[in-house]
Amino acid sequence: MELSSLGTIADVRAALRNGAGAVDVCAEFLDRIAARDGAIRAFTHLAADRALERAAALDGRGPDAPALPLLGVPVAIKDNICTRGLPTTASSRILAGYVPPYDATVIERLTAAGAVVIGKTNCDEFAMGSTTEHSVRGPSRNPWNPACVPGGSSGGSAAAVAARLAPAALGSDTGGSIRQPAAFCGIVGMKPTYGRVSRYGLLAFASSLDQIGPFGLTVADAAALLQAIAGPDPRDATSAGAAVPAFEEAAAEPARNPTIGVPWSILENGVDAGVGAVFTAAVETLRGLGATIVDVPLPHAEYAVPTYYIVAPAEASSNLARYDGVRYAYRAPLDERDATLDRMYDRTRRHGFGDEVKRRIMLGTYALSAGYYDAYYLKAQQVRTLIRDDYDAAFRRVDAVAMPTTPTTAFRIGERSDDPLQLYMGDVFTAGANLTGLPAISLPCGRDGAGLPVGLQLIGPAFGEETLIRVGAAYEEQAPWWREAPPAAGARGPE
Amino acid sequence: MSDTGFEPVIGLEIHAQLLTDTKIFCGCATRFGAAPNAHVCPVCLGLPGALPVLNRRVVELGIRAALALNCTVQPLSVFARKNYFYPDLPKGYQISQYEHPLATEGAVRYAQDDGDRVVRIIRVHLEEDAGKSLHAAAGDVDRRTHLDFNRSGVPLIEIVSHPDLRSPAEAAGFFTRLRGILTTVGVTDGNMEEGSLRCDANVSIRPAGASALGVKVEVKNLNSFRFLQRAIEFEIHRQTEVVRAGKQVEQETRLWDTAANRTVSMRSKEDAHDYRYFPEPDLPPVEVSEAWVAEVAAALPELPEARKQRLVRDYRIPPAEAAQLADTGALTAYFEAAAAAAGNAKAAANWVMGEVTRRLKADGGGIGAVGVSPEALGRLIRMVDAGTVSGSAAKTVFERMYGTGRGAQEIVEAEGLAQIGDEERLLDVVTRVIADNDDAASRFRNGNEGSLGFLVGQVMRATGGRANPRLVNALLRRSLSDDA
Repeated sequence: MELSSLGTIADVRAALRNGAGAVDVCAEFLDRIAARDGAIRAFTHLAADRALERAAALDGRGPDAPALPLLGVPVAIKDNICTRGLPTTASSRILAGYVPPYDATVIERLTAAGAVVIGKTNCDEFAMGSTTEHSVRGPSRNPWNPACVPGGSSGGSAAAVAARLAPAALGSDTGGSIRQPAAFCGIVGMKPTYGRVSRYGLLAFASSLDQIGPFGLTVADAAALLQAIAGPDPRDATSAGAAVPAFEEAAAEPARNPTIGVPWSILENGVDAGVGAVFTAAVETLRGLGATIVDVPLPHAEYAVPTYYIVAPAEASSNLARYDGVRYAYRAPLDERDATLDRMYDRTRRHGFGDEVKRRIMLGTYALSAGYYDAYYLKAQQVRTLIRDDYDAAFRRVDAVAMPTTPTTAFRIGERSDDPLQLYMGDVFTAGANLTGLPAISLPCGRDGAGLPVGLQLIGPAFGEETLIRVGAAYEEQAPWWREAPPAAGARGPE
Repeated sequence: MSDTGFEPVIGLEIHAQLLTDTKIFCGCATRFGAAPNAHVCPVCLGLPGALPVLNRRVVELGIRAALALNCTVQPLSVFARKNYFYPDLPKGYQISQYEHPLATEGAVRYAQDDGDRVVRIIRVHLEEDAGKSLHAAAGDVDRRTHLDFNRSGVPLIEIVSHPDLRSPAEAAGFFTRLRGILTTVGVTDGNMEEGSLRCDANVSIRPAGASALGVKVEVKNLNSFRFLQRAIEFEIHRQTEVVRAGKQVEQETRLWDTAANRTVSMRSKEDAHDYRYFPEPDLPPVEVSEAWVAEVAAALPELPEARKQRLVRDYRIPPAEAAQLADTGALTAYFEAAAAAAGNAKAAANWVMGEVTRRLKADGGGIGAVGVSPEALGRLIRMVDAGTVSGSAAKTVFERMYGTGRGAQEIVEAEGLAQIGDEERLLDVVTRVIADNDDAASRFRNGNEGSLGFLVGQVMRATGGRANPRLVNALLRRSLSDDA
């Protein structure tokens, strides 16, 4: 296999088996980034030297060294996940130059599995957004059309994998931030069950919704990455004790006759025609491979967006309070003569945070204020329970629920930046999985009239990632959309 | 304060540092006195991405405190975030408990000279401490504020009492009891100088006989029993003056200014923080099983009130004195050992509350620092009871024993402090004293009994306190009547 045709984790494994070194693999991806990331802007920081050293160390392991599942696999990391010695800024001015003194649990686990961190990827500031436009580093671009957004907030990670600049990447998903950019970029992205993956070292946006998850070209790759990072962590009190199934094996055993629920009623309005047609075709594909399709009502699904935009900003307003200019990173310059503590806080946060982050801090502060708490935060928590009840009822009848990941495909950069409400509505199909804690996966299921990818989302019962992987693998086997690479992947695709 | 026509109403909020080796949400040490920022990590520094994990030992000590205060331990309690900005609060919020505290509704019962007291407890909850700001003093060249996060994340319990206290002395008395209880059950070292125990008071006044509560003022920074009492006194006086002037007391937070001896306004109700409490999403609710509560209850040591009652019952010591001896477990143990060695509980009690306490107070130490073992004290008491040494000479012997490790017997022999019981030797002194004090002698002969005491004192003085007072008494009476 030519190194220039490397795409998936499976490809990397094959190359290493056939005599290539981890250094060769790493250098190949670094070369691609150097050549092509100028047009995509997926990365905010490259760890080239460090990655090559690490790859060399892996190559230098003796013949008796234990087999590592992700040996020599370059992985791109969203810039809101702590990497010791590498800048971690969440694409915010307020963390300019911040270098964490510790690795997130997921980084420790990737490292232990033999993976090589090659760089940090762009995102919406503190993961707040769905376009990667709200970044102090400027927007990333969609590999299928550089005039379009890659989605967000994990847009850099999704674009990197879609453009074949890394075989795999980590993102974080609070209201759809893995699945939506995966859909926009035509790759696989998964939000695991809340608690499946440790959040230790993830810069918190909304603690009760945040989950780290994998991006890959294939379901099997996403499964391989999830395998490495999943499992209980004594440093995260919300990580679950549940045993970790063999996800990679599940990917090799596609589901044969699953029962899939589709909430047709909520798809009647607000879904682009192009997306609707592709999704309907995908459902037919599922039926064709033996799935039973049933209609499931999700009566409270329409409240997911308003509920989400109470809970997430409320928690964010508290989580982002620590960025105050006192102890680390950015502090606004002050004139000695009028330097007071309040002024320092004010200017640091006014100048250090972008508009979208400030908007959400304001919303969240309001929702938690005395006299409003019951009407907003408490009510939102109650609605969360109702949404979860809908899904629990559905899972008594079906193995997974299917719906489009997003109501539209990727739109143009700048097209919606002045309309936060319209952007928020784009989370309509993804926010539910965060509010309920349920696992969900997005996989490519075709392209619309403009040639932009459409995502098929599968939502599963709690700790049912295995089911999602098996159903996803079955669909992917039938419809291997991942084989079509975007123009930005250069001469390498389609394979 | 019925003389002013107003009744003070006082409730206390007490913060106690729990005696754990490590912090509440991370593995850093809680030791006091280390170099600044020696005991810190990403969690207690609130670094981006760090998460809290609850130290189980904190819950155990919280349960212990709650049980000692007769509270109901809740099967489920919930941590909440208290949001406010301050440089020594690294996350921008304090993890505390709000709507669902660890324990609720208890009471402290104790006897005072003037009657029994019951102070009800509203709640006991767990929380983390903040760091410490070290501000430059006026005139310092370095005008910066330094931050020390060693204390950040140190476990605390907050105890909130009902407004059941009616005077500054009563408040100080209750705080003393509470401290005794908390140190006895080993949840805190109660060291107020190091800040392990801190107290705020909610003070209001109302017309005597009224049942509605007045507007309350929270007074902070009351870090000694004396400050607590004085600040409340000041505040009652201030509020009384405000009301008398026809004005309204304002709801506010005030600070005790130790230098100026007054409370000063810190923030008004309008400036009060909106803490925007909400359940801490990083921590699951705290579950406490009945079995756990039972286990902690079984290991609870004897409480001061129970100890006091035992001293009254077993040693026939009057309640007020027993309360004093029951103040701390160590003091009680010292007394009991001395009483056993002396074979005389009453004398041992007098010694412990008298000479021993006086000496400890002078040296500024607790009973742990006492310079005479209870067994040695017991042997000294036996010598007094046997008439080998007089009561007043015994005090001298005690001073010589203190901190030297020398025994009473040895000191008495070496320094000739044995009681003079020799009638002939004493008679010489008695005769001389009568001769030297004509006036007193004649007054006695004329029926003034009080003059005898003076003469006894003169004899005792002449013998360096070694004369047997009973014998002196008898000899004086005999000599004075003989002469007549």
